[in-house]
Amino acid sequence: MSIKDTSNHAFNIQSLSVFYGPKEAVKNVSFKIQEKMVTAVIGPSGCGKSTLLRCLNRMNDFILGLKVEGKIFYRDENLYAPKVDAASIRRKIGMVFQKPNPFPKSITKNISWGPKVNGFTGDINELIETSLRRAALWDEVKDRLNDSALTLSGGQQQRLCIARAIAMNPEVILMDEPCSALDPNATSRIETLIHELKNRFTIIIVTHNMQQAARVSDETAFFYEGALVEFGETDRIFTNPREKRTEDYITGRFG
Amino acid sequence: MNHRHLKNSIFKYTCILVVILSIAILGILIGQIIQQGHSWVTMDFLKNFPSRLPSRAGIKAGLWGTLWLLGLTALLAIPIGIFSAVALEEYMRESKIKKWLQINVSNLAGLPSIVYGLLGLSIFVRGLGMGRSLWAGSLTMALLVLPVIIIASQESIRAVPKTIREAAYALGARKWQVVFMQVLPASVPGIMTGIILALSRVAGESAPLIVIGALTFVNFVPQGPSDSFSALPIQIFNWSSRPQEEFHGLAAGAIIVLLGILFSLNLVAVFIRERYQRYRT
Amino acid sequence: MLKKLNADSFVKWALYSTLLISAFTTLAVVFVIGRESFNFFSQVGILEFISGTRWEPLLDPKSFGVLPLVCGTALVVFGSALIALPMGIAVAIFLNEFAGKKLRRIIKPILEILAGIPTVVFGYFALTFITPVLKSVFPSIQVFNALSGAIVVGIMILPMIASLTDDALRDLPNTLREGAYALGATHFETITQILIPASLARIGAVTILAISRAIGETMAVTLAAGATPNITLNFSESIQTLTAYIVQVSLGDVQQGGIEYLTCYAVGGLLFVMTFTLNVMGHKLISRARMVQL
Repeated sequence: MSIKDTSNHAFNIQSLSVFYGPKEAVKNVSFKIQEKMVTAVIGPSGCGKSTLLRCLNRMNDFILGLKVEGKIFYRDENLYAPKVDAASIRRKIGMVFQKPNPFPKSITKNISWGPKVNGFTGDINELIETSLRRAALWDEVKDRLNDSALTLSGGQQQRLCIARAIAMNPEVILMDEPCSALDPNATSRIETLIHELKNRFTIIIVTHNMQQAARVSDETAFFYEGALVEFGETDRIFTNPREKRTEDYITGRFG
Repeated sequence: MNHRHLKNSIFKYTCILVVILSIAILGILIGQIIQQGHSWVTMDFLKNFPSRLPSRAGIKAGLWGTLWLLGLTALLAIPIGIFSAVALEEYMRESKIKKWLQINVSNLAGLPSIVYGLLGLSIFVRGLGMGRSLWAGSLTMALLVLPVIIIASQESIRAVPKTIREAAYALGARKWQVVFMQVLPASVPGIMTGIILALSRVAGESAPLIVIGALTFVNFVPQGPSDSFSALPIQIFNWSSRPQEEFHGLAAGAIIVLLGILFSLNLVAVFIRERYQRYRT
Repeated sequence: MLKKLNADSFVKWALYSTLLISAFTTLAVVFVIGRESFNFFSQVGILEFISGTRWEPLLDPKSFGVLPLVCGTALVVFGSALIALPMGIAVAIFLNEFAGKKLRRIIKPILEILAGIPTVVFGYFALTFITPVLKSVFPSIQVFNALSGAIVVGIMILPMIASLTDDALRDLPNTLREGAYALGATHFETITQILIPASLARIGAVTILAISRAIGETMAVTLAAGATPNITLNFSESIQTLTAYIVQVSLGDVQQGGIEYLTCYAVGGLLFVMTFTLNVMGHKLISRARMVQL
């Protein structure tokens, strides 16, 4: 049964289950993610949050033996419908990874590569500058755009990866624990960046750092052992959780 | 305690001695060759054809034959070798077929070069009627060095971190774009190593060429790939087998030229590797 | 957002087709050698080939016993292994246990240079340096002799043994070394009693691969060891290896389909079987040793 969803939700996840072989990593999850907001997905290690995130841009396609059941609607279209082209999904739904992974090329080429292989014909230099500005990295690298991306610090590399994702002009940016490999300074710079970015993009961030989720997000989803336990406004979740498990996790009784 | 320490020292110095001996062998080898050959390497040497008179003999035929071989074999073996490696590493799923193909490549790498010569004789020289031409020679050499290029390229491709591929896919790139625009460029240094190893073998191997009938006494330069040919290592072999001292000197001179070619190939590889290394750190 | 398979499919199948070439090569070798060997064995009995002690395929009275060639190859191969194995392992031990990073960066390239020198050059070296030196020590030695061949093939397989053994030692977990040193063992004791025994399977595999390589050596032994098929254990005599025989015939005028032509393929077939078997064994041993370690 395919129900066309017509509200202003970016994602409408319906009865999503993900199996690694016999093991069920995501158990019958349903919820809706709003446009132009930051949604955090939190939970202890192994609770399925990264698996869920990777379903949203079909990066899970690369894992052999992985089965996906249920539907994920992105703005009326089921991402997992049979004839859907995964590559074109990823142009609209970008991703930033846990460990910064710039290409072993120059800063310029890192940013221009994505647009170019997808047929970009405009002013590439302007795109590069805009993307770097939006990622709050321009001032630091404008004099060395032809240097290797690997000469940047960890925090700078991650902002470069964000700029690279932004250059694709996506509608959504998925972030898979983007700060876990960074020091506190770099982390806070990226958190500030997220605040600015949400005006342009829908952001979904997976994080194992509760305080970060509380600082950065508008809505939060709490996962435990593959199931969605609770979902709602961040303020409410952290001050007045409805479920006991949520409260236990937030107060640090387990993690 | 002293007894143990004595054994330890003897062992350590024995190992050091062996290393020094190995390096010394290389030194003596090169030294001998330079000493015996340098006086023979003249412009005439490079321009003349072989002759019964040592004073008039030269390596022109062998040199050009080798250069032709290098070019043709490179054209044949390099693209196929790299693409085979890409097919194995990036496109084939783990399966029995893949395992067999892998084992096959490893075994081909260890096959004696002279067996490749027999293969070339039957299939290229006789079966396909190419005669003793450069075509037959290059095809034979290409089959010989193909496994070397495949194995080196595979290792290099495997060494490219997964995260690079992930990042590229996440930007909406298609598989061929990810493989050819990110993974392959990142594996260039290792692939270059394989190519240089392969080309060094092409320049230095003479057994397969002798079997397919490359000539030893040649007084012309090949004009095209269907011409018959000689090669530098064959010339070296020929002169080395003669008892007269002067021919040994000629052989040494030819060896100097051959080693010079190998050295230049390696320099080119180092240069290309450096250019691609610029972005890696 | 419909699937566009064209570019990716095309690329995939184009790449797969290049794999056919290496698959074809093995099949071609087997076919070619098999066919000519069959022709050979329909004229000369297999028993005579395998057990005959006289190899004279060119002049009358002809005889096709391959044992002299096998003996020649065996002398050179085992002689070279005797020289290169201890030396190669010693070099690998030095690189791993005694050398610092700087020394490694100097010595490894030198080994690679040694490995890259063409075999004819070693043949020349054997004729013009090694044999004269041997002659000054053993005056009764012949100009072409098995010892010279063994030495020069030994030098050629030395870098391979050193490099592969170096890999084997590097694959050993550091905790193994630390455990031994923590108990107060010396370098010598740790290496000979812990590390080498732990990598014995790998070293065995390396030996097998090196022997296979030595069997296939052609030009250097042709120049150094001679063209006299001969069953002997005397290293100072001239012998002929399997590979050198094929070169000898190829240098002469050979009639296609004639018995001399066919002998090349029979001998080539023997070479193929020997090296193929050794290679398969060697690689299997290495992959098994690697799996055990993980």
